[in-house]
Amino acid sequence: MNTEFKLSPKEKTGMILRYLRGVKRHFALGLLFIILSMALNALTPQIVRVTVDSVLGSEAPTLPARVLALLQWDSLRQQPLRALWIAATAVLAVAVLRGVCSYGQRVRLSKGSEGFVKNIRDDLYRHIQHLTFAWHKNNPTGDIIQRSTSDVDVIRNFVCNQLVEVVRTTLLLILYVWIMLRMNLRLTLAALAFIPVVGVSSGVFYGKISGRFQKADEAEGELTTCAQENLTGVRVVRAFGREAYEEEKFREKNDRFSALWIKLGKVLSVYWASGTFLTALQVMVILCMGVSEAVNGRLTLGGFLAFLSYNEGLTWPVRALGRVLSEMSKAGVSLDRVGYILKAEEEQDAPGALPARTGDIVFDHVTFGYEGQEVVKDVSFTIHEGETFAILGGTGSGKSTLVHLLDRLYDVPEGSGTITIGGVDIRRMRRGELRRQIGLVLQEPFLFSQTVGENIRATRPGASEEVVRRAASIACVDDAISSFADGYETLVGERGVTLSGGQKQRVAIARMLMQQAPIMVFDDSLSAVDAETDARIRAALRDQLKDATVILISHRLTTLMQADRILVLDEGRVADLGTHAELISRPGIYKEIYDIQMSADDRALILESEEGGQR
Amino acid sequence: MPAFDEQEYDQSFDWKIWKKLIPFLRRYKRAFAGLLLFNALCGAIDVALPLFQRYAIANFIEKNTVAGLIPYAGVYLAVIVLQAVSVTMFCRYSMDIDMNMGRDMRAALFHHLQTLSFSYYNVTPVGYLLTRVASDTQRISGMIAWNFTDILWALFYVLGAFVAMFFLNWRLALILMIIVPVMAALTGYFQNKILHWNRKIRKLNSRITGAFNEGITGAKTTKTLVLEEQSSEKFRELTAEMRESGIRAARLNAVYIPMVLFVSTVAVALVLLRGGYLVMEQALEVATLSAFVTYALGIFEPIQMTAANIAEFISIQANIERVTGLLEKEPDVRDTPAVIEKYGDAFAPKRENWEPLQGEIEFCDVTFRYPDGGDNVLEHFSLHIPQGTTVAIVGETGAGKSTLVNLACRFFEPTEGQILIDGRDYRERSQLWLHSNIGYVLQNPHLFSGTVRENIRYGKLDATDEQIEAAARAVSADTVVSKLEKGWDSDVGEGGDRLSTGEKQLISFARAVLADPRIFVLDEATSSIDTQTEQLIQQAIDHLLENRTSFLIAHRLSTIRKADLILVVRDGKIVEQGRHEELLRRRGYYHELYSKQFAEERAAQILK
Repeated sequence: MNTEFKLSPKEKTGMILRYLRGVKRHFALGLLFIILSMALNALTPQIVRVTVDSVLGSEAPTLPARVLALLQWDSLRQQPLRALWIAATAVLAVAVLRGVCSYGQRVRLSKGSEGFVKNIRDDLYRHIQHLTFAWHKNNPTGDIIQRSTSDVDVIRNFVCNQLVEVVRTTLLLILYVWIMLRMNLRLTLAALAFIPVVGVSSGVFYGKISGRFQKADEAEGELTTCAQENLTGVRVVRAFGREAYEEEKFREKNDRFSALWIKLGKVLSVYWASGTFLTALQVMVILCMGVSEAVNGRLTLGGFLAFLSYNEGLTWPVRALGRVLSEMSKAGVSLDRVGYILKAEEEQDAPGALPARTGDIVFDHVTFGYEGQEVVKDVSFTIHEGETFAILGGTGSGKSTLVHLLDRLYDVPEGSGTITIGGVDIRRMRRGELRRQIGLVLQEPFLFSQTVGENIRATRPGASEEVVRRAASIACVDDAISSFADGYETLVGERGVTLSGGQKQRVAIARMLMQQAPIMVFDDSLSAVDAETDARIRAALRDQLKDATVILISHRLTTLMQADRILVLDEGRVADLGTHAELISRPGIYKEIYDIQMSADDRALILESEEGGQR
Repeated sequence: MPAFDEQEYDQSFDWKIWKKLIPFLRRYKRAFAGLLLFNALCGAIDVALPLFQRYAIANFIEKNTVAGLIPYAGVYLAVIVLQAVSVTMFCRYSMDIDMNMGRDMRAALFHHLQTLSFSYYNVTPVGYLLTRVASDTQRISGMIAWNFTDILWALFYVLGAFVAMFFLNWRLALILMIIVPVMAALTGYFQNKILHWNRKIRKLNSRITGAFNEGITGAKTTKTLVLEEQSSEKFRELTAEMRESGIRAARLNAVYIPMVLFVSTVAVALVLLRGGYLVMEQALEVATLSAFVTYALGIFEPIQMTAANIAEFISIQANIERVTGLLEKEPDVRDTPAVIEKYGDAFAPKRENWEPLQGEIEFCDVTFRYPDGGDNVLEHFSLHIPQGTTVAIVGETGAGKSTLVNLACRFFEPTEGQILIDGRDYRERSQLWLHSNIGYVLQNPHLFSGTVRENIRYGKLDATDEQIEAAARAVSADTVVSKLEKGWDSDVGEGGDRLSTGEKQLISFARAVLADPRIFVLDEATSSIDTQTEQLIQQAIDHLLENRTSFLIAHRLSTIRKADLILVVRDGKIVEQGRHEELLRRRGYYHELYSKQFAEERAAQILK
């Protein structure tokens, strides 16, 4: 559904530039330091050249007049030892300056790169938090995580390493070639002739081999899947005594994976070796040609040595350039994949949205469905302010959808009815305010991997220990939490304790109570709690929630029957609505269930003996 | 479970741990010899190349002649061809070692995992085991094949360079040698700090991934509690920490690398000074001096990299420890040597010696507690289950209904007492003998990726297509197949993901029917399945129970009622046992459970 998403090149550039905000100057300074250290780097061979030619040898120094004057060359040439000292000091001085530049370059580039990736991550995370619930439902978690982590890394690598590397290599090429050209045209041309060969061949090779890499990656995936299925299905494997069969299956995949890599290794080794060979060949050609140039008097000995240094200084970056360029193509795909998330629409309040209100909740001819399948059909009812309202329905009756609509996790489309609170259409209210007014406990509540205390005070981070404990005791979970070694400081989730389903539900209830919302919704939220605790929690809640509008959803009649009114939902339609007394006084789903659940003890034996007789 | 945290230890080198790798290395002695040879050759050539430059200066440029340049180029070319060949060869050897060792370790781990007991699986997350099989092995073999190679090369090169330098001019060589300990000290000092920050960054990275995971899976809750901004703020704090750590690490490197460069430049300057003086004194040729400068510049990078390489190499000790630790883990349930001698093990069964299994099971004075400690869950329990009996085990979720089945199937063994199958202690025969006669259908049926046909065939590997289809028909699984696009050859997806729970269940029934077991175990599903499938499943169960000793961990009333014997479990203990009518009339715990279940089943039916 989302593999097709593509950003235009302009959008991609825009995206990168947007995240460079605030860190551009680090990159600019980093680049400045790169150029400086490159220039300093180019100086050392010149010092060696002059030393070899004019200090150790007897050539007239080819240096700018100003430098010669500074060195007082005419007197210096009489004291070769002092000249040697000056040369050695110069080499060291250059090294110190280079060190300073290198420090500046690294620190600046890391600041730029860390800032850049922080910008992307923060924006992505915030954006994901604000995306619609429907979007979350439609996109698999693993896929979003993959895009938010691996793809972000690829983009970072592209901007902070590869682009920088390409710029650096290009500048290096320009500088060195310029210097080399001034030293000897013929040698320079020979050296340059190799550059496209080395660069292109490694680029082409990397392009070609990527298919094989992919195949090896797939084989690895299969291998991992095989091991994982074996381990998760260990009971089936043992119960059927299929250990040998499983081992054979694994062996085959294991061998295939290793064989693919060994084959790939053969190709890679040739590539590496040919790269090494081409580089060495170039050095050799320049060496031999340089010898002939020097012998023919077109190059001094020092010049020859310096030229060799420049030439070698170029070979590695150029070799790397081909690979970097071919790898950079990956970044485009990653930009598309991250762009897919960023382009998705956030939840937004319409301009002029109204503040949330309290009052009667009215569902007026509401129809709603997912992907064309209607789940709620023309539902109308009113929940009065301050009343306890219950909804009874089976799986798939649409009861959870009603809650989703009320909390605006989904909006009722225009023309499919309205939901109003205090007479105002909730679609016109500010979403955040509306949700703050509705305390919602889900059937399978989600707790964050923080401490239990932090989870409970999620909506009121400053709340005191005492307030937290009071909420927990209303939810009948204070005792359980206090029994943990770390009490309210106990970590929840993978790194901490695993709470049982019932404990989770009760912590979620405590968390909701902290919200002090005027409307409270319990969506089957005591299903994992035993009947006794269920009753205790409801009693405690009743005392606390006198003024609140409470909506209870359950299939347990004992939970529902004390509500002021009860709505019976059947296949998305309102089947019945009334008080408990009214509902049991007329035939219908409610009465049927009531009869069975309330008198199960007596009926079971009768029914059983009937069926037992048939057997 | 803190024991399963992926931690990196700052342990010191422990030879006892490394020694355990020897069996995996020994097989590739020849590859290692080849690797060593070509690696040494590479190092030697790298040492030799500056000498070519020296020769060129001394014999051509200084003598002002090109005579002999062609043969010189010929020799040079031959050397670099040899270099290319060596690179090719040692890369191949490295890759061979990497892949073969990795493969062997994975195979050994996988093999061993097939023998470990359920007690181990019950307390160990699959993710933990998977990391051992998939990543630890790769890290170990990769480090040994490549990192080790780098270290060797650096060693050869640096040693070779010094040998060459000593031959050229030992005094100059001595000057360079002084720099080496300085470099080593510097590297040692920084390396530890850099390693520390790199670890911190890795941890932060996984925390960021975790935060994304939580932010996405918890999106619904975040929305309903309106915590979007709050949680984004927390995330920003985390990324800020990451940024600071990243910059700290970079700053360390930014100090360290220029210092190394400076030290190496000091070396070059000293060589230049002293060498230049010698040249003036006519005691040294410029050609030799240039070779020295090349060596001086060349040896420092290998030295610096080697320090980092060694640190990283040693860090695989933790991986080795985890892998070998797993390999040394002893299974709780094992066949005695005498049993293996007669009946074979899981990988080489001696089926010709197997007696047919009838299916009579007897618990004789069995006391049992789980190996991870705790109270006895069974005490002096005795029960005789004649061949062909259907035993239903009922109780609330988490009451310990699986214990008896685990014991009967010998996934666990009694702590005291014995379990007889066909009148003989089941430990007198092999696990595979028993397991081959058990059909097991799980609550959440587990299918393997592959086609429907392959999944059913799992029950009997040599089954013909006709047998497979017949088995499927017997439990109405063919209705599932007919709905699939490619019929029998439809891919069921990873873990059977492409099928619904009900469909998976029918396929797993067919698998069990095909196995034609003498003992049948059904861990019944509680998940809601549509009425039509429900009926099909009910029929399938009836079919499976015929003539077999069966254990039903039951939830559906219809299944429970038909059982020959019902065991009622509460808080891990068997509190009532008998037939349905008896138990119901007793009006005890069973009655309570049953009526509740009855009411809920009925309500569910009405609400549908």
